[in-house]
Amino acid sequence: MKIVMAIIKPFKLDEVRDALTAIGVHGMTVTEVKGYGRQKGHTEIYRGAEYAVSFLPKIKIEVAVPSDQVDKTVDAITAAAKTGQIGDGKIFILGLDSAVRIRTGETDAAAL
Amino acid sequence: MKLTTPIRAGLAAAVLVAVAFLTSFGASAEEAAAAPMTFNKGDNAWMLTSSVLVLLMTIPGLALFYGGLVRSKNMLSVLAHVFYTVCIVIVIWVIYGYSLAFTGGSSIIGGLDKLFLKGVTTDSQAATFSVGVTIHELIYICFQMTFAAITPALIVGAFAERMKFSAVALFIPLWVTLIYFPIAHMVWYWAGPDAIQDAAKVLAAATDEAAKKVAQEKLDAVMADSGLVFQWGAIDFAGGTVVHINAGIAGLMGALLVGKRTGYGKELMPPHSLTLTMVGAALLWVGWFGFNAGSNLEANGGAALAMTNSFVATAAAALSWMFAEWMTKGKPSLLGALSGCVAGLVAVTPAAGFAGPMGALVLGLVVGVVCLFFCTAVKNALGYDDALDVFGVHCIGGIVGAIGTGILVNPLLGGAGIIDYTAIPPKVADYDFMAQLISQTKGVLTTLVWSGVGSLILYKVVDILVGLRAPLEKEREGLDINDHGERAYTM
Repeated sequence: MKIVMAIIKPFKLDEVRDALTAIGVHGMTVTEVKGYGRQKGHTEIYRGAEYAVSFLPKIKIEVAVPSDQVDKTVDAITAAAKTGQIGDGKIFILGLDSAVRIRTGETDAAAL
Repeated sequence: MKLTTPIRAGLAAAVLVAVAFLTSFGASAEEAAAAPMTFNKGDNAWMLTSSVLVLLMTIPGLALFYGGLVRSKNMLSVLAHVFYTVCIVIVIWVIYGYSLAFTGGSSIIGGLDKLFLKGVTTDSQAATFSVGVTIHELIYICFQMTFAAITPALIVGAFAERMKFSAVALFIPLWVTLIYFPIAHMVWYWAGPDAIQDAAKVLAAATDEAAKKVAQEKLDAVMADSGLVFQWGAIDFAGGTVVHINAGIAGLMGALLVGKRTGYGKELMPPHSLTLTMVGAALLWVGWFGFNAGSNLEANGGAALAMTNSFVATAAAALSWMFAEWMTKGKPSLLGALSGCVAGLVAVTPAAGFAGPMGALVLGLVVGVVCLFFCTAVKNALGYDDALDVFGVHCIGGIVGAIGTGILVNPLLGGAGIIDYTAIPPKVADYDFMAQLISQTKGVLTTLVWSGVGSLILYKVVDILVGLRAPLEKEREGLDINDHGERAYTM
């Protein structure tokens, strides 16, 4: 089992969700985050004060999937979240030791 | 328990004071009832409404306008400063404020004749700007009360996000007493149209030299029963000097004395909610009709003119600030439009009942650009941290308005002119450009010096007594949790 963690542009969330649902991923956790990479930041001006805002708002998606579905999941997210512009985000894949469904007590693959 | 004589005497004195305090209102009902009744219910209804509109400007209008501009950790602190200011000034106003501002005394400050509103009854009358027309004095007291309340509330924006609440709590009553009441008295106190007209009629009716001399002296005395700036001939319809220049310069002094916010110029300090700032600015605009059109004291053509000008100058200034920013900074910001809106309202305040609508349009277009320049180029060049631009918008906008009023009142420029109440019947006086400009400038300079120097001294006094500035860690964590023990927003 793996955790697929993707940082994407906020307005791409719905497309990514639809793409994941289409390949049979039935759950995810979403967090509003801030960060920067190659995109650096932007400038905001309030009356005379110019601020270089280096942390930009992004969405972090975490999906737990069986190891054999990782490639499909990554492809789906990449296809849905891509605009071709700088700042599209990144995907990280982490190992997952075990999982438990709280309601039933099912574990590991059955819990995903 | 056996009371010693001094304590018993002290108690007796305290009881006497308490009785005098409670009964002073309405003490001379008989005198007041003797005066002729010339109330107009329309005027009174409009002035009741206007008083409440000015309160709406302050809470929640100004409070939200300012609150949205600070960081979320200081939101409640700003709201508390404004709300506290309104409440403390209302209490001071009925105890001694109204008396000091609006009774005769000297040309600098009024007397204590109406301490605890002594002698004021439901029949008491207050003069308007028309001969033979009065409104209820209690309404006038409430109307002017709201002006006294909003003026110091404007100041708190300058030292927002680092001034301790205890310092604000002490500074506001001192400032309103020693700065606001004298300036309001100097600019606005006069004997009223009826007193002048009556004295003028006596003079006109005098036949022999001796009678003329007595009548002239009487008229001079009536004219002298007014504030210093008023005597100079400076005109200020709704408070360009009294409210805006007065608060603006006091704000600058506060910003300088309390020092910059920690991290100013290095850290991000963006407004936490421009949505609330927009709500506040819009409430300010709505409430300002009570402020400007209400300052006419009667529901007539003059109030209609003040209302029209308060629409036109405000819209023009919002547009000029927004477009100037678009041209110079690349984007037309909402905050720019809102700031321009307030700058326009400030500038049209002294001009509201004096300029014509086209004059107000020009005034608005000019003030939007001037205030933008001061809030950006000048502030950045000088490096002071006037957090919410109280100086840049209110003092500078007030000066543009005060001087502009002296020009735009000219009937040749579509202005309403200045009424000469010594003429029988009162008529528009001849307009003298240089004389009016000099009078306006003297009014502006008097306010700048009185409030600038006076505020500086008061800040120093408060600093010595309780300290002005919040400690560094408390400022970092936010004033809401440290000064007030609560948060604006919880998850």
